[in-house]
Amino acid sequence: MSTTLYERIGGEPAVNAAVELFYRKVLDDSTVYRFFGNTDMDTQIAKQKAFFTMAFGGPNNYTGQDMRNAHAKLVTMGLNEDHFNAVMKHLGDTLVELNVPGDLIAEAAAIAESARDDVLGK
Amino acid sequence: MSTTLTIDQNRYKCEAGETVLDTLLRENVNLSYACKKGTCHSCLVRSDVAPPGLAQSGLKNTLTKQNYFLACQCYPEQDMQIRLPDQSEFYRMGTVITNKLLNRNTILLVMAFEDAFEFNAGQFVNLQRSDGLTRSYSIANIPEVSNTLEFHIRRLPDGVFSTWLHDEVNVGDSIAVSEPRGHCFYIPERREQGILLVGTGTGLAPLAGILNDALANGHSGPIHLFHGSRELEDLYRIDEMRQLAQQKPNFHYTPCLSGSEVPEGFAAGRVNDIVFSQIPDLKSWRVFLCGHPEMVNLMKKRTFIKGAAIADIYADAFLISYH
Ligand SMILES: Cc1cc2nc3c(=O)[nH]c(=O)nc-3n(C[C@H](O)[C@H](O)[C@H](O)COP(=O)(O)OP(=O)(O)OC[C@H]3O[C@@H](n4cnc5c(N)ncnc54)[C@H](O)[C@@H]3O)c2cc1C
Ligand code: HEM
Repeated sequence: MSTTLYERIGGEPAVNAAVELFYRKVLDDSTVYRFFGNTDMDTQIAKQKAFFTMAFGGPNNYTGQDMRNAHAKLVTMGLNEDHFNAVMKHLGDTLVELNVPGDLIAEAAAIAESARDDVLGK
Repeated sequence: MSTTLTIDQNRYKCEAGETVLDTLLRENVNLSYACKKGTCHSCLVRSDVAPPGLAQSGLKNTLTKQNYFLACQCYPEQDMQIRLPDQSEFYRMGTVITNKLLNRNTILLVMAFEDAFEFNAGQFVNLQRSDGLTRSYSIANIPEVSNTLEFHIRRLPDGVFSTWLHDEVNVGDSIAVSEPRGHCFYIPERREQGILLVGTGTGLAPLAGILNDALANGHSGPIHLFHGSRELEDLYRIDEMRQLAQQKPNFHYTPCLSGSEVPEGFAAGRVNDIVFSQIPDLKSWRVFLCGHPEMVNLMKKRTFIKGAAIADIYADAFLISYH
């Protein structure tokens, strides 16, 4: 029986571990910091949790339109392909650091990649 | 299985498969909520009994300890008495037994209560004047047999409440005091963990309580306190803290001054820089940040980037609202 990526990667505990590592990288990256820096950190963490749950194909109700809305303000702030690529890299690095097997990382990256146009408002 | 939810005098039936939020919305109870996914924490409420673990997932341990939970994630397993965030507070009267200066603009206010006042050191209460004017102040001591609460209150230029406390409140007066609130306090576990306490101005009040609580609980890890202000005259309890640092080998105290005059024995600069010159790596540390909102928000991010886990960062920003 094929289980979901979310289950194979380790479910909510894996998401929690990933969020901390990922968010630390993002805050320490001067090229994307400004998108994350100004809001309250606890709310941001909760949103990054949603990000990972989604990237892992876990339970979430986000539609493409939700993704557009969530990032629309960032697009007006100048969010572009480079920022997207930086976030993709932090995502990959985080999962490598957590010793997630390469094939699962590729699956997660593909899910995140599929949100590119919505996130960038294209 | 259906359960009964009680709020004030009202009872609501929570059907099997319904969350607490579902029930309350169905019954038109006014409760803020947004994502319904356990992400936004808008629907945080409190119960009289321990809620199901799933409903507390992602909450700080100081919140779970007080039976807080997310209404949207809670499928009750037993009857619950629920407290909404905006539900009218219970106030009790306290009597002022001390009102004296700690420095040129800060007073020590001590209030006594007839009955035991339960709180966790580091929490805050709302003080209310007889005309209804209300402000939050942090408790600076640990629970004591004398049933007293200690506050450090800074006079703000043209600040209504602080000026009133400074100039018009005398020993013997009574003031209404709310139940304790907030989740910035010490939990006696992982006693070997390093503890970082950073405060500006009267941010020392909750930190002093947390410090004494940790020491009273036999915390064995290093405890570092950084207290900052611009000028020497705005710090306080300097000698007491230095003395404590001599008595307790694991306690370290650094008074910090960001102004131009920095006498010997004080660190020069802002707390947010000085901390990291002394403790570059905060991995596995517990962090408490109290005082100026800008300092608190900045330090939340910086201590996190330097390795502290989110769950280990506790903060109280002394937000000042313009009325
Ligand atoms: C969780 C928490 C804990 C706290 N703990 C403490 C503590 O332990 N000790 C402590 O001293 N304080 C603490 N505070 C702050 C405290 O609650 C009050 O905000 C503070 O004492 C100011 O109240 P006030 O009535 O004196 O001033 P306010 O009358 O509320 O005015 C605040 C300041 O704003 C200025 N101001 C008012 N209106 C305007 C306007 N329209 N435009 C520009 N400026 C204006 C005033 O001149 C004054 O300087 C805490 C706050 C919070 C949220
Ligand atoms: C890789 C694909 C991405 C996915 C799947 C994704 C997913 C999400 C999700 C699910 C949320 C929460 C929405 C909400 O509930 O409000 C969110 C919010 C956010 N995302 Fe993304 N995201 C992606 C890329 C990016 C990029 C490239 C950036 C910036 C460089 C970014 C910055 C943010 C910020 C700042 C928020 C919070 C917005 C707010 O404060 O309301 N995201 N994202």
